Amino acid sequence: MKEFKGRVLAGGTFKGEAVVSHGGVNTLATFQKSALKNAKRVIVSDQNNKDIYGLDITGKALCLPITIGSTTGGLVIQTVCAMKINPACFLFSEHIDSLAASGIVLARIWENSNVIAIDMLGEEFLETVKTGDIIEVKEDGTVIVP
Amino acid sequence: MQLTEKQQAVLNGEQGETLARVMKTIVMYGEIFGADKLVPVTHAEGHLVTSFGIALMKPLFSTMDELIKADIHTKGKFTVDPRPLDYENVKCNPLEKLVFHIMYKKQAEYEEQLKKVGLKDEDAFTCASYLPEVGNVPKKGDVLSWAESSAVVYANSVLGARCNRNSGMIDLFGSIVGYVPYFGLLTDEGRKATWKVYVKTSKIPEAQILGSAIGMKVMEDVPYVYGLDKFLGDSLTDEVTAYLKDFGAATASNGAVGLYHIDNLTPEAKEQGESLIKEGAKEYIIDDAELERVYKSYPLMWKNKNAAPGLCFIGCPHLTYGQLIKWTEDLEGALKASGRKKVKVRTVMTTPPAVKRKFMATPYYYKLTGMGVKVSSICPLMYTNNPMTKGRAIITNSNKLRTYSVARYYKDAEILNIISGKEGC
Repeated sequence: MKEFKGRVLAGGTFKGEAVVSHGGVNTLATFQKSALKNAKRVIVSDQNNKDIYGLDITGKALCLPITIGSTTGGLVIQTVCAMKINPACFLFSEHIDSLAASGIVLARIWENSNVIAIDMLGEEFLETVKTGDIIEVKEDGTVIVP
Repeated sequence: MQLTEKQQAVLNGEQGETLARVMKTIVMYGEIFGADKLVPVTHAEGHLVTSFGIALMKPLFSTMDELIKADIHTKGKFTVDPRPLDYENVKCNPLEKLVFHIMYKKQAEYEEQLKKVGLKDEDAFTCASYLPEVGNVPKKGDVLSWAESSAVVYANSVLGARCNRNSGMIDLFGSIVGYVPYFGLLTDEGRKATWKVYVKTSKIPEAQILGSAIGMKVMEDVPYVYGLDKFLGDSLTDEVTAYLKDFGAATASNGAVGLYHIDNLTPEAKEQGESLIKEGAKEYIIDDAELERVYKSYPLMWKNKNAAPGLCFIGCPHLTYGQLIKWTEDLEGALKASGRKKVKVRTVMTTPPAVKRKFMATPYYYKLTGMGVKVSSICPLMYTNNPMTKGRAIITNSNKLRTYSVARYYKDAEILNIISGKEGC
């Protein structure tokens, strides 16, 4: 068991499954197919992200370095949060990027979403956590990986 | 964050609850990045990334309704990304049309909302708002509140303006309050390069593959690129800025680049040279083999991998006037060589409404359309969002479109061969 401490951007507690992307997550490419279909769950549709392509990320802890791609990204995160099909947590190993940050702020202020966001968990976090791990997130930004 | 009295008053709700939430969003966004102040948006004309009335984007429409209800407008007028539909030039079968109708059923309503909040005019729909014909052209040093990734990277890199890679909504909110948080690409420090990229190819690299390679490597960092001036020269001519437009769009969509410097060419690199590079910058060498490796790595997502191309999109981001002329001339030559009068593959070239109007006043327009090409101001990406279009075997020379759709990427010369029906293609 290993503990990592990050910076709390949007706090909360969580215990559940991790889904891990070692490369940047392209927000639009990841969410667009499920969002457009008005689906009940997000199945990752980013063909370029071999780590998470085809995986269900709704209600899970999405572990990633940063998000990349289209600047609709923040609005896309806000929308999936409004649809309540978002990952429960966004756990960033690096400093959060501007698009994801926008999405988290928009979701919190305009949608009253309880989405959790923690950044700066460090490179080792992404090297340690594996897709399918049951991880625990604490209010103070601690992430416990089995 | 230290706010001025005026800013604090807005945050405290002295100008209404809705404007307070707009300000709170901007402040919280800035605080995440350690911004200690808000700075004025000096280029008042905004550019929004959200041009599409996709029905499920409920947060977008409800926020717009709230703004309108509170009689809130942007400080200056704004341009916005291209429209998602153009039935006249991009024909659809009845089923596709039905799905488009359902998907974008809020389009007309959303455009009304945009007008009420500050849309410039009917022609304001393009991703290349910075082209002279469109007229939303910031000056060097201007602070912007834009979002569209290809426009932000162009404004920062080619025009020397200052803008972060904001998201949709943040672009609008910054244009409403007239301030943006001071961090990242707005600061001198944030504009310094952490990558040195050496272009060592035998000929001018395909802009869209070079951009893709750099984007995938440096992600959101700032690259300083050596060796491109050998091919592009040291002046920002129309041809060079068109190249940089396509290059930048690929860096921004295949990675998250918001600013690049080209040695001896882009404004800040010309002024400050290597002093723009941070100590300990990483290195990336790009030669012919590396470009080919990147090109070959693109997955083919067509259902029928051997399908004959059924539709070609050229112009994501929108084409410049000069690019339209060049494609017309190149296609004319290619069709002559293959003994055809019209394109073999249905082809749509996309460009801003104002550029299209200028182009239509020239004989080139009639030449191009006479060869069977349609000229549209549609957003190809929004078109390909329609699941019914997935079986069309779409080809493109846009790495951005490739990234967000199942369109297959080809180099410019390959596209020309395919659409002109060159033997063996």
